[in-house]
Amino acid sequence: MDDILTLSGVEKRYASGHVALHGVDLAIRRGEIFALLGPNGAGKTTLISIVCGIVTPSGGTITVDGHDAQRDYRAARAKIGLVPQELATDMFERVWDTVRFSRGLFGCPPDDAHLERVLRDLALWDKRGSRLAELSGGMKRRVLIAKALSHEPRILFLDEPTAGVDVGLRRDMWALVRRLRDQGVTIILTTHYIEEAEEMADRIGIITGGRIKLVEEKAKLLATLGRTELHLDLAEPLAAVPAGLADATLSDEGRRLSYVQREGSMPIPQVLRIVEGAGVTYTGIETRRSSLEDIFVDLIGEKA
Amino acid sequence: MNLHGVAAIYKFEMARTFRTLAQSLATPVISTSLYFIVFGAAIGSRLPPIEGVPYGAFIVPGLVLLSILMESVSNASFGIYLPKFAGTIGEILSAPLSAFELVLGYIGAAVTKSLMVAAVTLVVARLFVPYHIDHPVIALAFLLMIAVSFCLFGFLVGLVAKSFDQLQTVPLLILSPLGFLGGSFYTIDMLPEPWATIAMANPIVYLVSAFRWSFYGISDVSVGVSLAATAGFLALCSSILAWVFKTGWRLKA
Repeated sequence: MDDILTLSGVEKRYASGHVALHGVDLAIRRGEIFALLGPNGAGKTTLISIVCGIVTPSGGTITVDGHDAQRDYRAARAKIGLVPQELATDMFERVWDTVRFSRGLFGCPPDDAHLERVLRDLALWDKRGSRLAELSGGMKRRVLIAKALSHEPRILFLDEPTAGVDVGLRRDMWALVRRLRDQGVTIILTTHYIEEAEEMADRIGIITGGRIKLVEEKAKLLATLGRTELHLDLAEPLAAVPAGLADATLSDEGRRLSYVQREGSMPIPQVLRIVEGAGVTYTGIETRRSSLEDIFVDLIGEKA
Repeated sequence: MNLHGVAAIYKFEMARTFRTLAQSLATPVISTSLYFIVFGAAIGSRLPPIEGVPYGAFIVPGLVLLSILMESVSNASFGIYLPKFAGTIGEILSAPLSAFELVLGYIGAAVTKSLMVAAVTLVVARLFVPYHIDHPVIALAFLLMIAVSFCLFGFLVGLVAKSFDQLQTVPLLILSPLGFLGGSFYTIDMLPEPWATIAMANPIVYLVSAFRWSFYGISDVSVGVSLAATAGFLALCSSILAWVFKTGWRLKA
Protein backbone atom coordinates (compact mmCIF):
# COMPACT_ATOMS: atom_id res chain seq x y z
CA MET A 1 0.00 0.00 0.00
CA ASP A 2 1.48 3.40 -0.89
CA ASP A 3 1.87 6.29 1.49
CA ILE A 4 0.15 9.61 0.80
CA LEU A 5 1.88 11.48 3.63
CA THR A 6 5.28 10.87 5.13
CA LEU A 7 6.99 12.72 7.93
CA SER A 8 10.61 12.04 8.65
CA GLY A 9 12.51 13.46 11.57
CA VAL A 10 10.01 16.29 12.05
CA GLU A 11 11.03 18.41 15.00
CA LYS A 12 9.54 21.45 16.65
CA ARG A 13 11.38 23.51 19.19
CA TYR A 14 9.53 26.67 20.21
CA ALA A 15 11.34 29.92 20.89
CA SER A 16 10.66 29.37 24.60
CA GLY A 17 12.87 26.28 24.36
CA HIS A 18 9.94 23.91 24.74
CA VAL A 19 10.33 20.92 22.44
CA ALA A 20 6.89 19.96 21.14
CA LEU A 21 8.04 17.26 18.73
CA HIS A 22 11.15 15.09 18.91
CA GLY A 23 12.03 13.80 15.44
CA VAL A 24 8.68 12.35 14.44
CA ASP A 25 8.60 9.70 11.72
CA LEU A 26 5.18 8.78 10.45
CA ALA A 27 3.74 7.38 7.24
CA ILE A 28 0.04 7.64 6.44
CA ARG A 29 -1.35 5.21 3.88
CA ARG A 30 -3.50 6.36 1.01
CA GLY A 31 -7.18 6.00 1.77
CA GLU A 32 -6.96 5.04 5.42
CA ILE A 33 -8.51 6.53 8.52
CA PHE A 34 -5.67 7.18 10.91
CA ALA A 35 -6.33 8.17 14.49
CA LEU A 36 -3.68 10.01 16.41
CA LEU A 37 -4.22 9.56 20.11
CA GLY A 38 -2.45 11.29 22.90
CA PRO A 39 -2.97 13.23 26.09
CA ASN A 40 -3.23 17.01 26.14
CA GLY A 41 0.03 18.69 25.17
CA ALA A 42 1.37 15.55 23.49
CA GLY A 43 2.02 17.40 20.23
CA LYS A 44 -1.00 16.32 18.18
CA THR A 45 -2.06 19.80 17.12
CA THR A 46 1.54 20.90 16.58
CA LEU A 47 2.07 17.93 14.28
CA ILE A 48 -1.03 18.75 12.24
CA SER A 49 -0.20 22.45 12.14
CA ILE A 50 3.26 21.72 10.77
CA VAL A 51 1.90 19.52 7.99
CA CYS A 52 -0.65 22.21 7.09
CA GLY A 53 1.91 25.02 7.05
CA ILE A 54 0.62 26.94 10.07
CA VAL A 55 3.65 26.15 12.21
CA THR A 56 7.19 26.12 10.86
CA PRO A 57 9.09 22.93 11.69
CA SER A 58 12.53 23.23 13.27
CA GLY A 59 13.73 20.25 11.27
CA GLY A 60 12.74 17.25 9.21
CA THR A 61 10.91 16.75 5.95
CA ILE A 62 7.27 16.25 5.04
CA THR A 63 6.09 14.80 1.75
CA VAL A 64 2.46 15.17 0.70
CA ASP A 65 1.53 12.88 -2.17
CA GLY A 66 5.02 13.25 -3.63
CA HIS A 67 5.34 16.99 -2.98
CA ASP A 68 7.75 18.43 -0.45
CA ALA A 69 5.61 20.47 1.96
CA GLN A 70 8.24 23.24 2.17
CA ARG A 71 9.66 23.59 -1.33
CA ASP A 72 6.53 22.61 -3.23
CA TYR A 73 4.05 24.02 -0.74
CA ARG A 74 1.44 25.00 -3.30
CA ALA A 75 0.92 21.51 -4.64
CA ALA A 76 1.22 20.01 -1.17
CA ARG A 77 -1.24 22.34 0.53
CA ALA A 78 -3.80 22.16 -2.28
CA LYS A 79 -4.26 18.48 -1.40
CA ILE A 80 -4.90 19.09 2.28
CA GLY A 81 -8.03 20.16 4.09
CA LEU A 82 -7.89 21.06 7.77
CA VAL A 83 -10.73 21.16 10.26
CA PRO A 84 -9.19 23.00 13.20
CA GLN A 85 -9.90 22.26 16.80
CA GLU A 86 -10.93 25.80 17.69
CA LEU A 87 -14.30 27.00 16.41
CA ALA A 88 -12.74 30.06 14.81
CA THR A 89 -15.05 31.59 12.25
CA ASP A 90 -15.69 34.94 10.67
CA MET A 91 -18.73 35.74 12.74
CA PHE A 92 -20.39 38.10 10.29
CA GLU A 93 -19.92 35.99 7.18
CA ARG A 94 -22.68 33.87 5.74
CA VAL A 95 -22.25 30.11 5.36
CA TRP A 96 -22.37 30.17 1.58
CA ASP A 97 -19.87 33.02 1.28
CA THR A 98 -17.44 31.43 3.68
CA VAL A 99 -17.27 28.11 1.82
CA ARG A 100 -16.86 29.94 -1.49
CA PHE A 101 -14.07 31.96 0.11
CA SER A 102 -12.28 28.81 1.26
CA ARG A 103 -12.50 27.22 -2.18
CA GLY A 104 -11.03 30.30 -3.81
CA LEU A 105 -8.35 30.65 -1.18
CA PHE A 106 -7.09 27.18 -2.07
CA GLY A 107 -6.80 28.17 -5.71
CA CYS A 108 -9.86 26.44 -7.12
CA PRO A 109 -12.20 28.01 -9.66
CA PRO A 110 -15.79 28.40 -8.39
CA ASP A 111 -17.85 25.20 -8.47
CA ASP A 112 -21.18 25.88 -6.82
CA ALA A 113 -22.47 22.40 -7.60
CA HIS A 114 -19.67 20.85 -5.56
CA LEU A 115 -20.23 23.27 -2.69
CA GLU A 116 -23.95 22.52 -2.74
CA ARG A 117 -23.19 18.78 -2.44
CA VAL A 118 -20.85 19.44 0.48
CA LEU A 119 -23.40 21.59 2.29
CA ARG A 120 -26.20 19.09 1.68
CA ASP A 121 -23.99 16.25 2.94
CA LEU A 122 -23.46 18.17 6.14
CA ALA A 123 -27.12 19.17 6.47
CA LEU A 124 -26.11 22.81 6.09
CA TRP A 125 -27.86 23.62 2.84
CA ASP A 126 -30.85 25.18 4.60
CA LYS A 127 -28.46 27.32 6.61
CA ARG A 128 -26.47 28.62 3.66
CA GLY A 129 -27.86 32.15 4.08
CA SER A 130 -27.24 32.30 7.84
CA ARG A 131 -24.50 34.29 9.44
CA LEU A 132 -21.98 32.14 11.27
CA ALA A 133 -22.63 34.02 14.51
CA GLU A 134 -26.22 32.73 14.44
CA LEU A 135 -25.21 29.06 14.32
CA SER A 136 -24.85 26.63 17.21
CA GLY A 137 -21.47 25.14 18.09
CA GLY A 138 -22.26 21.89 16.29
CA MET A 139 -23.32 23.79 13.17
CA LYS A 140 -20.13 25.85 13.25
CA ARG A 141 -18.13 22.64 13.47
CA ARG A 142 -19.91 21.42 10.34
CA VAL A 143 -19.23 24.70 8.57
CA LEU A 144 -15.54 24.22 9.32
CA ILE A 145 -15.73 20.75 7.79
CA ALA A 146 -17.50 22.20 4.74
CA LYS A 147 -14.76 24.81 4.38
CA ALA A 148 -12.08 22.12 4.62
CA LEU A 149 -13.85 20.06 1.94
CA SER A 150 -14.54 23.00 -0.36
CA HIS A 151 -11.41 22.49 -2.44
CA GLU A 152 -11.79 18.71 -2.73
CA PRO A 153 -8.73 17.74 -0.67
CA ARG A 154 -7.19 14.26 -0.82
CA ILE A 155 -6.15 14.39 2.82
CA LEU A 156 -8.47 15.63 5.53
CA PHE A 157 -7.19 16.50 8.99
CA LEU A 158 -9.79 16.51 11.72
CA ASP A 159 -8.37 17.96 14.92
CA GLU A 160 -10.64 16.85 17.75
CA PRO A 161 -13.66 16.83 15.42
CA THR A 162 -16.24 15.81 17.98
CA ALA A 163 -15.12 17.84 20.97
CA GLY A 164 -18.22 19.46 22.41
CA VAL A 165 -20.52 17.79 19.91
CA ASP A 166 -23.67 15.95 20.98
CA VAL A 167 -24.09 12.22 20.49
CA GLY A 168 -26.38 12.46 17.47
CA LEU A 169 -24.09 14.79 15.62
CA ARG A 170 -21.09 12.68 16.53
CA ARG A 171 -22.73 9.68 14.86
CA ASP A 172 -23.49 11.82 11.79
CA MET A 173 -19.90 12.93 11.67
CA TRP A 174 -18.57 9.41 11.84
CA ALA A 175 -20.88 8.46 8.98
CA LEU A 176 -19.57 11.42 6.99
CA VAL A 177 -15.96 10.44 7.64
CA ARG A 178 -16.67 6.94 6.38
CA ARG A 179 -18.34 8.30 3.25
CA LEU A 180 -15.29 10.45 2.60
CA ARG A 181 -13.01 7.48 3.06
CA ASP A 182 -15.17 5.57 0.56
CA GLN A 183 -14.57 8.43 -1.88
CA GLY A 184 -10.85 7.89 -1.47
CA VAL A 185 -10.05 10.69 0.95
CA THR A 186 -7.36 9.88 3.49
CA ILE A 187 -8.43 10.94 6.95
CA ILE A 188 -6.23 11.76 9.90
CA LEU A 189 -8.02 12.55 13.10
CA THR A 190 -6.87 13.42 16.54
CA THR A 191 -9.12 12.69 19.40
CA HIS A 192 -9.48 12.49 23.12
CA TYR A 193 -12.34 10.06 22.77
CA ILE A 194 -10.73 6.69 22.51
CA GLU A 195 -14.07 5.14 21.67
CA GLU A 196 -13.98 7.33 18.57
CA ALA A 197 -10.66 5.90 17.45
CA GLU A 198 -11.86 2.41 18.26
CA GLU A 199 -15.01 2.97 16.22
CA MET A 200 -13.45 4.67 13.21
CA ALA A 201 -9.79 4.11 12.71
CA ASP A 202 -8.00 1.62 10.49
CA ARG A 203 -4.73 2.38 12.19
CA ILE A 204 -3.86 4.09 15.41
CA GLY A 205 -0.86 6.14 16.36
CA ILE A 206 -0.12 7.03 19.94
CA ILE A 207 1.83 10.17 20.65
CA THR A 208 3.01 11.38 24.00
CA GLY A 209 5.59 13.95 24.99
CA GLY A 210 6.24 14.82 21.35
CA ARG A 211 7.22 11.28 20.40
CA ILE A 212 5.27 8.67 18.47
CA LYS A 213 5.13 5.71 20.82
CA LEU A 214 3.38 3.30 18.57
CA VAL A 215 1.67 2.94 15.21
CA GLU A 216 -0.41 -0.15 14.67
CA GLU A 217 -3.43 -1.58 12.88
CA LYS A 218 -6.35 -1.13 15.23
CA ALA A 219 -7.34 -4.80 15.05
CA LYS A 220 -3.80 -5.93 15.72
CA LEU A 221 -3.36 -3.44 18.50
CA LEU A 222 -6.46 -4.74 20.22
CA ALA A 223 -5.33 -8.32 19.67
CA THR A 224 -1.72 -7.98 20.78
CA LEU A 225 -2.07 -5.48 23.56
CA GLY A 226 -5.60 -6.38 24.50
CA ARG A 227 -6.50 -8.82 27.21
CA THR A 228 -9.52 -10.69 28.41
CA GLU A 229 -10.32 -10.88 32.08
CA LEU A 230 -12.12 -13.87 33.54
CA HIS A 231 -13.81 -13.73 36.92
CA LEU A 232 -15.45 -16.74 38.51
CA ASP A 233 -17.64 -16.57 41.61
CA LEU A 234 -16.93 -19.81 43.45
CA ALA A 235 -19.49 -21.92 45.27
CA GLU A 236 -16.97 -22.74 48.05
CA PRO A 237 -13.99 -20.59 49.01
CA LEU A 238 -10.60 -21.89 47.91
CA ALA A 239 -7.44 -21.76 49.98
CA ALA A 240 -5.14 -21.82 46.96
CA VAL A 241 -5.45 -21.55 43.19
CA PRO A 242 -5.94 -24.93 41.46
CA ALA A 243 -2.79 -26.65 40.22
CA GLY A 244 -1.75 -25.59 36.72
CA LEU A 245 -3.25 -22.08 37.13
CA ALA A 246 -0.31 -20.24 38.65
CA ASP A 247 -1.33 -17.01 36.88
CA ALA A 248 -4.79 -16.93 38.42
CA THR A 249 -5.52 -14.96 41.56
CA LEU A 250 -7.96 -15.38 44.38
CA SER A 251 -9.83 -12.57 46.05
CA ASP A 252 -12.83 -11.96 48.30
CA GLU A 253 -11.52 -14.50 50.84
CA GLY A 254 -11.08 -17.15 48.20
CA ARG A 255 -14.56 -16.79 46.75
CA ARG A 256 -13.53 -15.15 43.54
CA LEU A 257 -11.04 -16.55 41.04
CA SER A 258 -9.64 -14.15 38.46
CA TYR A 259 -7.49 -14.71 35.42
CA VAL A 260 -6.14 -12.31 32.80
CA GLN A 261 -5.54 -13.71 29.35
CA ARG A 262 -2.97 -11.89 27.22
CA GLU A 263 -1.53 -12.80 23.86
CA GLY A 264 0.34 -16.11 24.15
CA SER A 265 -1.09 -17.05 27.50
CA MET A 266 -3.50 -19.88 28.21
CA PRO A 267 -6.87 -19.42 26.48
CA ILE A 268 -9.94 -18.97 28.65
CA PRO A 269 -11.69 -22.28 27.72
CA GLN A 270 -8.61 -24.19 28.82
CA VAL A 271 -8.64 -22.33 32.13
CA LEU A 272 -12.26 -23.33 32.62
CA ARG A 273 -11.48 -26.97 31.86
CA ILE A 274 -8.70 -26.96 34.49
CA VAL A 275 -11.01 -25.38 37.04
CA GLU A 276 -13.74 -27.93 36.36
CA GLY A 277 -11.15 -30.75 36.30
CA ALA A 278 -10.06 -29.70 39.77
CA GLY A 279 -13.62 -30.17 40.96
CA VAL A 280 -14.20 -26.51 41.66
CA THR A 281 -17.78 -25.34 41.07
CA TYR A 282 -18.68 -21.77 40.28
CA THR A 283 -21.95 -19.94 40.51
CA GLY A 284 -21.14 -16.96 38.29
CA ILE A 285 -18.90 -16.23 35.35
CA GLU A 286 -17.87 -12.87 34.00
CA THR A 287 -15.51 -12.04 31.15
CA ARG A 288 -14.42 -8.61 29.99
CA ARG A 289 -12.38 -7.75 26.90
CA SER A 290 -10.12 -4.75 27.37
CA SER A 291 -10.91 -1.72 25.25
CA LEU A 292 -8.53 0.52 23.40
CA GLU A 293 -8.91 2.84 26.36
CA ASP A 294 -7.35 0.29 28.72
CA ILE A 295 -4.52 -0.23 26.26
CA PHE A 296 -4.03 3.50 25.91
CA VAL A 297 -3.96 4.09 29.63
CA ASP A 298 -1.49 1.21 30.03
CA LEU A 299 0.80 2.60 27.36
CA ILE A 300 0.69 6.22 28.46
CA GLY A 301 0.84 5.21 32.10
CA GLU A 302 3.94 3.07 31.83
CA LYS A 303 5.80 5.31 29.42
CA ALA A 304 4.86 8.79 30.51
CA MET B 1 0.18 32.34 -9.17
CA ASN B 2 -2.92 31.56 -7.11
CA LEU B 3 -5.18 34.25 -8.55
CA HIS B 4 -8.32 32.63 -7.19
CA GLY B 5 -6.78 32.92 -3.74
CA VAL B 6 -5.88 36.59 -4.17
CA ALA B 7 -9.38 37.30 -5.49
CA ALA B 8 -10.95 35.43 -2.56
CA ILE B 9 -9.11 37.58 -0.01
CA TYR B 10 -9.81 40.76 -1.98
CA LYS B 11 -13.52 40.00 -2.22
CA PHE B 12 -13.69 39.02 1.43
CA GLU B 13 -12.10 42.30 2.47
CA MET B 14 -14.27 44.38 0.16
CA ALA B 15 -17.36 42.61 1.48
CA ARG B 16 -16.24 43.59 4.98
CA THR B 17 -15.91 47.19 3.78
CA PHE B 18 -19.39 47.28 2.31
CA ARG B 19 -20.85 45.53 5.34
CA THR B 20 -19.52 48.36 7.50
CA LEU B 21 -20.08 51.16 5.03
CA ALA B 22 -21.06 53.66 7.70
CA GLN B 23 -17.83 53.12 9.59
CA SER B 24 -15.51 52.61 6.65
CA LEU B 25 -16.71 55.31 4.27
CA ALA B 26 -19.15 57.66 5.93
CA THR B 27 -17.08 58.31 9.06
CA PRO B 28 -13.87 59.49 7.36
CA VAL B 29 -15.81 61.48 4.80
CA ILE B 30 -17.96 63.22 7.39
CA SER B 31 -15.09 64.04 9.74
CA THR B 32 -13.03 65.49 6.89
CA SER B 33 -16.03 67.42 5.60
CA LEU B 34 -16.44 69.03 9.01
CA TYR B 35 -12.93 70.48 8.63
CA PHE B 36 -13.87 71.86 5.22
CA ILE B 37 -16.94 73.52 6.69
CA VAL B 38 -15.22 74.98 9.76
CA PHE B 39 -11.75 75.84 8.46
CA GLY B 40 -12.53 76.09 4.78
CA ALA B 41 -15.91 77.71 4.40
CA ALA B 42 -16.37 79.45 7.79
CA ILE B 43 -12.95 80.56 9.13
CA GLY B 44 -11.09 80.27 5.84
CA SER B 45 -13.01 83.13 4.28
CA ARG B 46 -11.58 85.49 6.97
CA LEU B 47 -7.99 84.34 6.41
CA PRO B 48 -5.65 85.72 3.75
CA PRO B 49 -4.72 83.46 0.84
CA ILE B 50 -1.47 81.50 1.14
CA GLU B 51 0.88 81.91 -1.86
CA GLY B 52 -2.09 83.03 -3.88
CA VAL B 53 -4.32 80.09 -2.92
CA PRO B 54 -7.48 80.84 -0.91
CA TYR B 55 -7.17 79.28 2.55
CA GLY B 56 -10.20 77.02 2.09
CA ALA B 57 -8.69 75.50 -1.03
CA PHE B 58 -5.19 75.46 0.51
CA ILE B 59 -6.16 72.93 3.18
CA VAL B 60 -7.97 70.51 0.82
CA PRO B 61 -4.96 68.43 -0.34
CA GLY B 62 -3.53 68.11 3.19
CA LEU B 63 -6.83 67.07 4.72
CA VAL B 64 -7.56 64.54 1.99
CA LEU B 65 -4.08 63.14 2.44
CA LEU B 66 -4.45 62.87 6.21
CA SER B 67 -7.71 61.08 5.81
CA ILE B 68 -6.03 58.63 3.40
CA LEU B 69 -3.14 58.02 5.79
CA MET B 70 -5.43 57.26 8.69
CA GLU B 71 -7.77 55.13 6.60
CA SER B 72 -4.96 53.16 4.99
CA VAL B 73 -3.28 52.36 8.29
CA SER B 74 -6.42 51.53 10.21
CA ASN B 75 -8.05 49.52 7.44
CA ALA B 76 -4.99 47.46 6.52
CA SER B 77 -4.12 46.85 10.16
CA PHE B 78 -7.68 45.72 10.93
CA GLY B 79 -7.72 43.51 7.86
CA ILE B 80 -4.88 41.32 9.11
CA TYR B 81 -5.46 41.75 12.84
CA LEU B 82 -9.04 40.44 12.72
CA PRO B 83 -8.14 36.95 11.43
CA LYS B 84 -5.33 36.85 13.97
CA PHE B 85 -7.76 37.82 16.71
CA ALA B 86 -10.56 35.52 15.55
CA GLY B 87 -8.19 32.62 14.92
CA THR B 88 -9.15 32.31 11.27
CA ILE B 89 -5.58 33.14 10.23
CA GLY B 90 -4.86 29.40 10.33
CA GLU B 91 -6.90 28.80 7.20
CA ILE B 92 -5.14 31.60 5.38
CA LEU B 93 -1.69 30.38 6.38
CA SER B 94 -2.54 26.83 5.38
CA ALA B 95 -3.69 27.91 1.91
CA PRO B 96 -1.42 27.45 -1.13
CA LEU B 97 -0.66 31.18 -1.23
CA SER B 98 2.72 32.90 -1.37
CA ALA B 99 3.38 35.79 0.99
CA PHE B 100 3.19 38.15 -1.97
CA GLU B 101 -0.23 36.85 -2.99
CA LEU B 102 -1.53 37.09 0.55
CA VAL B 103 -0.35 40.70 0.89
CA LEU B 104 -1.65 41.53 -2.58
CA GLY B 105 -5.15 40.43 -1.59
CA TYR B 106 -5.21 42.38 1.67
CA ILE B 107 -3.36 45.46 0.47
CA GLY B 108 -5.28 45.54 -2.80
CA ALA B 109 -8.55 45.77 -0.89
CA ALA B 110 -7.22 48.31 1.62
CA VAL B 111 -5.86 50.52 -1.16
CA THR B 112 -9.15 50.32 -3.05
CA LYS B 113 -11.00 51.48 0.02
CA SER B 114 -8.53 54.31 0.65
CA LEU B 115 -8.98 55.55 -2.91
CA MET B 116 -12.75 55.33 -2.52
CA VAL B 117 -12.53 57.48 0.60
CA ALA B 118 -10.25 59.94 -1.25
CA ALA B 119 -12.62 60.20 -4.20
CA VAL B 120 -15.71 60.75 -2.06
CA THR B 121 -13.90 63.23 0.19
CA LEU B 122 -12.72 65.25 -2.80
CA VAL B 123 -16.21 65.35 -4.25
CA VAL B 124 -17.73 66.40 -0.92
CA ALA B 125 -15.01 69.04 -0.43
CA ARG B 126 -16.04 70.59 -3.73
CA LEU B 127 -19.45 71.37 -2.19
CA PHE B 128 -17.88 73.65 0.43
CA VAL B 129 -14.70 75.04 -1.10
CA PRO B 130 -13.81 75.69 -4.74
CA TYR B 131 -10.47 74.10 -5.64
CA HIS B 132 -8.74 72.80 -8.76
CA ILE B 133 -6.10 70.18 -9.51
CA ASP B 134 -3.25 71.33 -11.79
CA HIS B 135 -1.72 67.89 -12.31
CA PRO B 136 -4.51 65.31 -11.87
CA VAL B 137 -2.45 62.38 -13.18
CA ILE B 138 0.44 63.10 -10.84
CA ALA B 139 -2.02 63.66 -8.00
CA LEU B 140 -3.59 60.27 -8.63
CA ALA B 141 -0.23 58.52 -8.97
CA PHE B 142 0.98 60.12 -5.77
CA LEU B 143 -2.23 59.20 -3.95
CA LEU B 144 -1.85 55.61 -5.09
CA MET B 145 1.75 55.45 -3.93
CA ILE B 146 0.83 56.92 -0.54
CA ALA B 147 -2.09 54.56 -0.16
CA VAL B 148 0.06 51.53 -0.99
CA SER B 149 2.89 52.50 1.36
CA PHE B 150 0.63 53.32 4.29
CA CYS B 151 -1.48 50.20 3.73
CA LEU B 152 1.74 48.19 3.90
CA PHE B 153 2.66 50.09 7.05
CA GLY B 154 -0.81 49.42 8.48
CA PHE B 155 -0.48 45.74 7.60
CA LEU B 156 2.74 45.67 9.62
CA VAL B 157 1.01 47.41 12.53
CA GLY B 158 -1.74 44.77 12.36
CA LEU B 159 0.85 41.98 12.39
CA VAL B 160 2.72 43.44 15.35
CA ALA B 161 -0.34 44.41 17.40
CA LYS B 162 -1.26 42.08 20.22
CA SER B 163 -4.47 43.86 21.21
CA PHE B 164 -7.10 46.19 19.80
CA ASP B 165 -5.58 48.84 22.03
CA GLN B 166 -2.21 48.57 20.33
CA LEU B 167 -3.98 48.61 16.98
CA GLN B 168 -5.40 52.07 17.74
CA THR B 169 -2.18 53.39 19.22
CA VAL B 170 -0.28 53.97 16.00
CA PRO B 171 -3.00 55.89 14.15
CA LEU B 172 -4.03 57.94 17.17
CA LEU B 173 -0.79 58.57 19.02
CA ILE B 174 1.70 58.75 16.17
CA LEU B 175 -0.04 59.43 12.90
CA SER B 176 -2.59 61.91 14.16
CA PRO B 177 -0.09 64.40 15.72
CA LEU B 178 2.38 64.01 12.87
CA GLY B 179 -0.47 64.64 10.47
CA PHE B 180 -1.75 67.77 12.19
CA LEU B 181 1.76 69.15 12.41
CA GLY B 182 2.53 68.03 8.87
CA GLY B 183 1.61 71.29 7.19
CA SER B 184 -1.97 70.53 6.22
CA PHE B 185 -3.16 73.85 7.68
CA TYR B 186 -0.07 76.03 7.02
CA THR B 187 3.15 76.17 5.08
CA ILE B 188 6.28 75.26 6.98
CA ASP B 189 7.80 78.74 6.56
CA MET B 190 4.86 80.15 8.51
CA LEU B 191 6.27 78.37 11.59
CA PRO B 192 8.71 80.24 13.88
CA GLU B 193 12.17 78.76 14.44
CA PRO B 194 13.12 76.25 15.76
CA TRP B 195 9.76 74.64 14.84
CA ALA B 196 10.25 75.15 11.13
CA THR B 197 13.49 73.16 11.26
CA ILE B 198 12.03 70.51 13.57
CA ALA B 199 9.05 70.17 11.26
CA MET B 200 11.37 69.04 8.47
CA ALA B 201 11.97 65.83 10.45
CA ASN B 202 8.26 65.03 10.16
CA PRO B 203 7.82 62.68 7.19
CA ILE B 204 4.21 63.78 6.70
CA VAL B 205 5.46 67.26 5.68
CA TYR B 206 6.99 65.82 2.53
CA LEU B 207 3.82 63.97 1.59
CA VAL B 208 1.50 66.93 2.15
CA SER B 209 3.88 69.23 0.29
CA ALA B 210 4.07 67.05 -2.80
CA PHE B 211 0.35 66.37 -2.87
CA ARG B 212 -0.42 70.07 -2.56
CA TRP B 213 2.02 70.77 -5.36
CA SER B 214 0.01 68.50 -7.67
CA PHE B 215 -3.03 70.68 -6.89
CA TYR B 216 -1.66 74.23 -6.98
CA GLY B 217 2.01 74.03 -7.99
CA ILE B 218 3.20 75.30 -4.57
CA SER B 219 5.32 73.24 -2.21
CA ASP B 220 7.44 73.49 0.96
CA VAL B 221 10.05 71.05 -0.26
CA SER B 222 10.95 70.01 -3.78
CA VAL B 223 8.66 67.43 -5.33
CA GLY B 224 11.65 65.21 -6.16
CA VAL B 225 12.64 64.99 -2.48
CA SER B 226 9.03 64.18 -1.55
CA LEU B 227 8.78 61.44 -4.13
CA ALA B 228 12.10 59.98 -3.04
CA ALA B 229 10.98 60.03 0.61
CA THR B 230 7.71 58.29 -0.26
CA ALA B 231 9.47 55.70 -2.41
CA GLY B 232 11.94 55.11 0.41
CA PHE B 233 9.10 54.56 2.89
CA LEU B 234 7.42 52.17 0.46
CA ALA B 235 10.65 50.21 0.04
CA LEU B 236 11.20 50.11 3.81
CA CYS B 237 7.71 48.77 4.54
CA SER B 238 7.98 46.20 1.75
CA SER B 239 11.31 44.89 2.97
CA ILE B 240 10.19 44.63 6.60
CA LEU B 241 7.09 42.80 5.42
CA ALA B 242 9.15 40.45 3.27
CA TRP B 243 11.31 39.71 6.31
CA VAL B 244 8.22 39.08 8.46
CA PHE B 245 6.91 36.53 6.02
CA LYS B 246 10.29 34.90 5.53
CA THR B 247 10.72 34.35 9.25
CA GLY B 248 7.03 33.97 10.11
CA TRP B 249 7.51 36.43 12.99
CA ARG B 250 4.25 37.11 14.87
CA LEU B 251 2.55 35.07 12.18
CA LYS B 252 3.66 31.48 12.64
CA ALA B 253 4.92 29.68 15.69
